[in-house]
Amino acid sequence: SLQVVWSMLGNRQFCSYKMTTKTQNFCRNEYNLTGLCNRSSCPLANSQYATVREEKGRCYLYMKTIERAAFPRRLWERVLLSKNYEKALEEIDENLIYWPRFIRHKCKQRFTKITQYLIRIRKLTLKRQRKLVPLRRKIERRENRREEKALIAAQLDNAIEKELLERLKQDTYGDIYNFPIHAFDKALQQQDAESESDSDAEREEDDDDDEDVDKREFVEAEDSELSDFEDMDKLETSSEEEQEEEEEVEKQASHSKSKGKTPLKGPARRKRPYIEIEYEEETEPSTKTKAA
Amino acid sequence: DGSGSVPRDGSGPPAPERVLFPPTFSVSEIKNKQRRHFMFLRWKQQQRKEKLALKKKRRKEREALGDKAPPKAIPKTIENQRVYDETTVDPNDEEVAFDEATDEFAPYFNRQTVPKILITTSDRPRGRTVRFCEQLATVIPNSHVYYRRGLALKRIIPQCIARDFTDLIVINEDRKIPNGLVLSHLPEGPTAHFRMSSVRLRKEIKRKGKEPTEHVPEVILNNFTTRLGHSIGRMFAALFPHDPQFIGRQVATFHNQRDYIFFRFHRYIFKSEKKVGIQELGPRFTLKLRSLQKGTFDSKFGEYEWIHKRREMDTSRRKFHL
Repeated sequence: SLQVVWSMLGNRQFCSYKMTTKTQNFCRNEYNLTGLCNRSSCPLANSQYATVREEKGRCYLYMKTIERAAFPRRLWERVLLSKNYEKALEEIDENLIYWPRFIRHKCKQRFTKITQYLIRIRKLTLKRQRKLVPLRRKIERRENRREEKALIAAQLDNAIEKELLERLKQDTYGDIYNFPIHAFDKALQQQDAESESDSDAEREEDDDDDEDVDKREFVEAEDSELSDFEDMDKLETSSEEEQEEEEEVEKQASHSKSKGKTPLKGPARRKRPYIEIEYEEETEPSTKTKAA
Repeated sequence: DGSGSVPRDGSGPPAPERVLFPPTFSVSEIKNKQRRHFMFLRWKQQQRKEKLALKKKRRKEREALGDKAPPKAIPKTIENQRVYDETTVDPNDEEVAFDEATDEFAPYFNRQTVPKILITTSDRPRGRTVRFCEQLATVIPNSHVYYRRGLALKRIIPQCIARDFTDLIVINEDRKIPNGLVLSHLPEGPTAHFRMSSVRLRKEIKRKGKEPTEHVPEVILNNFTTRLGHSIGRMFAALFPHDPQFIGRQVATFHNQRDYIFFRFHRYIFKSEKKVGIQELGPRFTLKLRSLQKGTFDSKFGEYEWIHKRREMDTSRRKFHL
């Protein structure tokens, strides 16, 4: 009658455990030894059958015999296998003595596979595991959008330029950039007609300027060795001083060593304005990171 | 056929005087999509005309008043309307100054320690992340890149401290792009976890400059107003050595806008006293703070100073925390 059972389940009628794919038939029965849907490995179509299953890390050997076919509750007999691999194999052998070779062999194979994957589980839990955090699409989209808008609102280039100019005005760069000669000269010419005290102050400034001229040339040499002089052409250099400086700087530029690459050339030869303009720093950390 | 009739000649523009609508008719009630679309466009045009007319009128009135005109209204922006945060730092606040003199960054700001940075990634970084790490290492002076190779962070940290590193940066990667940044100040310092987005490597930035040089860059920190923002700002400042070399003319900017921190690296040149030109080199990325932890990196037992809780903190569009 088992033949009949198999001919029904295997080929013609429906078996609820059977899963077909293009190349193979699988059996979803939990007591199935190999996982495939075969005549020899169907637990329903074989009255004498055995499997190895694991529960909570321990392996058990399940056996089914004809004698208990009438008692479904007692049908599957369970034997705990030892934790020792070789001992467990011996136990399988001793329990399945006189059983068909196929079942014995397959049980041992299945047991081996199970122990291997249990070892792997234990090893992996010791290592760090990646925590997968699911993305939420709506939130991702919202954050991207907000980031774009924040970028537009930030106007980064303007902010950076403003900050740099403020630092220039606040004299953090010291003597490196000596900027508005231009403005200074204009103011000079305007105020020439005015009171003497003003001109005295200007004379003092003149002296300082002379000293700064010398310093300037020396410092400039380190700064401007590379030859990107396009900016210089664009600049309107009206005063003679500037032209002299340019020539001297060019000479010095050829002599100086190259410290680092400065691909953008800076024709920086203007004075600090003698008009003190106070600017308030907005953010405190920036004052801390200024050079002393 | 005056009331309630829409002109039947297809989608051609009908003369407006022929059409009369009942007062409660709205454009969206027309069933035909083409006609509805057309009517909607016409309505839009009309609205625009009215708005323009209104603007002109206002401008005329303003000109007519001349000096007596009321001052121009300031447009409302999100920054204007920002919900006032009670932890905003007042520059003259003594308590804040005292805190900052005694917190973990005090040795840096007193110039007792020189920053030394370790940059690493999560396991098995892909090419983009590796290149990004290298570029970041050129931007930040005195930094070293080490491959992760499956090492546990908890074991790396004591070794780093032993070798005098002051900061640790871990760049997390997902699906071949970097998407997270963990910045940890080493000797017992705070750990900040950021979400990183729009990472652009150097070759993707449209510029024609060369690579950053070895000069120490300047640092700009913008808009870090609250206490939290302040501490994050100090963390960023502690990455860079104290004395920038102005010869190099490089500047690294951390700009906070609406809780997004934009990082840019530029080279600047002063064309005149009022004009400066900047050229972008170096990678760029944006960060959003996810959590700030008091000690060094410890996900299980760490004491969190601030975590971004979406349900509570994202409720208002005008409330920002940094």
